[in-house]
Amino acid sequence: MLAGAMEQKNKIHPHKFTLWVGIGSILMMFAGLTSAYIIKRNQVNWETFELPVAFWWSTGAILASSITLFLALRSFKERQVHRYRMLLISTLVLGLLFIVLQIVGFANIWAQGITFTGSVSYSFLYTIVGLHALHVLGGIIALIVMLFKAYSAKVRNYSVVPVELINTYWHFVDILWIYLLAFLIFIR
Amino acid sequence: MSSVVTAPDTTGHVHDAHHDHAHQESFITKYIFSQDHKMISKQFLITGIIWAMIGGLFSVLFRIQLGFPNETFPFLEDILGHWAKGGKISPEFYYALVTMHGTILVFFVLTAGLSGTFSNFLIPLQVGARDMASPMLNMLSYWFFFAASVVMISSLFLQTGPAAGGWTVYPPLSALGDASPGSRMGMDLWLGGMALFIVSSLLGGLNYITTILNMRTKGMSMTRLPLTVWAMLFTAVLGVLTFPVLFSGVLLLLFDRNLGTSFYLSDIVIAGKILPNEGGSAILFQHLFWFLGHPEVYIIILPVMGVVSEILSIYSRKPIFGYLAMVGSLFAICILACLVWAHHMFVTGLNPFVGSIFVLLTLLIAVPSAIKTFNWLTTIWRGNIRFTPASLFAIGFVSMFISGGLTGIFLGNSAIDIHLHDTYFGIAHFHLVMGVAAFFGMFAGVYHWFPKMYGRYMNNTLGYIHFWFTLVGAYCIFWPMHYEGFAGMPRRYYDYQNWESFKMFGGLNEFISIVAIITYAAQLLFVINFFYSIWKGRRVKDTNPWKANTLEWTTPIKPGHGNWVGEIPEVHRWPYDYSKDGHDFIPQTTPIGKDESSH
Repeated sequence: MLAGAMEQKNKIHPHKFTLWVGIGSILMMFAGLTSAYIIKRNQVNWETFELPVAFWWSTGAILASSITLFLALRSFKERQVHRYRMLLISTLVLGLLFIVLQIVGFANIWAQGITFTGSVSYSFLYTIVGLHALHVLGGIIALIVMLFKAYSAKVRNYSVVPVELINTYWHFVDILWIYLLAFLIFIR
Repeated sequence: MSSVVTAPDTTGHVHDAHHDHAHQESFITKYIFSQDHKMISKQFLITGIIWAMIGGLFSVLFRIQLGFPNETFPFLEDILGHWAKGGKISPEFYYALVTMHGTILVFFVLTAGLSGTFSNFLIPLQVGARDMASPMLNMLSYWFFFAASVVMISSLFLQTGPAAGGWTVYPPLSALGDASPGSRMGMDLWLGGMALFIVSSLLGGLNYITTILNMRTKGMSMTRLPLTVWAMLFTAVLGVLTFPVLFSGVLLLLFDRNLGTSFYLSDIVIAGKILPNEGGSAILFQHLFWFLGHPEVYIIILPVMGVVSEILSIYSRKPIFGYLAMVGSLFAICILACLVWAHHMFVTGLNPFVGSIFVLLTLLIAVPSAIKTFNWLTTIWRGNIRFTPASLFAIGFVSMFISGGLTGIFLGNSAIDIHLHDTYFGIAHFHLVMGVAAFFGMFAGVYHWFPKMYGRYMNNTLGYIHFWFTLVGAYCIFWPMHYEGFAGMPRRYYDYQNWESFKMFGGLNEFISIVAIITYAAQLLFVINFFYSIWKGRRVKDTNPWKANTLEWTTPIKPGHGNWVGEIPEVHRWPYDYSKDGHDFIPQTTPIGKDESSH
């Protein structure tokens, strides 16, 4: 029931606003975890760790995916359907690549003895990176839905809002990853 | 009324029929998987009432043990089976009762039941929106709450019983299944239920914030919002920012329990067996828990503050005193709420310097609280007060808030708290200021908005009886507990007769228990009144029975999905123009007259 919103132009779309508040909420969850990490780090028995190289590759993948998704939005606005579809697929592939590289990274450090239950610091590493990957997976599911819509002949809705929503969310998980990476590098 | 200021005519005429013929609703879409904010609000309210009956009954059961520790009651064994062998509640079940009483009342009744009911019902109606920003998310919010309820209720039927480590579920007790019967499956279901509950709260909160900031009708500037809506906005912001932190804490606890991590565990020996967990900190959980846990008490009390502000103004026929100060103090409470969590942890070995900062921030809360109390009293001062059940409960709220709030100044002071921590003094404090006060506000809200919800009135006589029993009962139950706390009587003990120093409270405990049972019985009057009035109450004939200014009273008596017939009315003024320029009340939809004085 968006009639109320339609009656008032000039205002941010309610779904976009909801997403922003939701992003604030997700941020607080990570703030909780990272501040718990900082408190725990200052106590005894803290083991440091090296991040796997795969995390750098995954960073490249998610940065690239943000660019492709941004371009997809632009193509959508310019009504270039074919390009829009291709860019959406590229984003999806890069997103999946990100997840795969995170799993590869986990496998590498696990082999080095950095296991989930090995030390509290390792548990934090797996929890924080894992939760972030789950949020990327949520974005991937949304991308798949968008892709179905982009190929469905039945959908004749040219609203730009969903494309903008997925853009905002995707850039958010991208920036969140950069923050978490920097956090895990500098605060060990 | 000297000149006529009637309900606005933007709705055309009083129209009682369901106007939303555009989408025909089946029974399932109308009453069960409804996306109408009003129906979702009723779902929250009725689920909340059922939870309150269960949670209240638990308190009656453990009060029987506390009041009559040396007696047996065979009927208890008939009802509870092995939990009350020989007619006496077992210690394990006593702890489960205490834990579940706290969990149910704090989260399921006074968070979901309260915010879920009034935010859902009032936000769209009072800001002038046809529904929430996302009715779908709103529906999901209720069903996540329902799922959380099912999980939590199912834990009551486990062989080992529900969670029994206190509603704060501190590790290591909560993190180790072998620690006690209540730390087994019951604890897992508690955590699972809470995770679902948090999702429900977040979905609700997102919707409330977006709807308030984004979907107000024409002319409804922020300074024209009723204080109910302001209060619900701050409540939702607090919830959205703090519940995720509890989620983090709960997640780590689940990992500790089930996956072998050691976030909260270190150097633990159970029955001579040394556990492998090392490097964790139980205090870390307390930080994460109370970062939500303290704002949580404001999530409970803020909506009620809004409701009471609105009701006091309406029933004393006076504008609210200090509107902006009310909003400002809500904001100040909201900020301070997030900065005081460690005052629950003064006895954890917290650095006394850090403690002193938390003392300062905690005592600062007295300032906005005092502003609000002053403003409520000045609002009703020399007003033309109508003593209905709604206004009596609102005044009762102020009384409870003062009585309970003053003891908060004692407890917020670390030097005194070290003596009073975990005694009955704390129980008395938070039950009065947060528990009973919130219930009073909730009752006030239900009596006041019932005509809008169901198109019928609740019975006044039953309402008055309910009020007096509850007011006297609440004070008789909780006032004596202050003295027990001063004497050092600790909370959560099963039987105080084992300590020579607490034997003198045997009679007092018996008195408290008897009053608790009577007060619980008095609540049944409310429940009977509520359900009876839904179907048999006196019908509402006037769209604006309380002669109030806010927008919900400009809708038809029983509004359909979409709330207003035709256009949504435009707003021209704030909602508190009572007894102004010779008018008893001037609805928000009435344009400002040329020579009208400013408020």
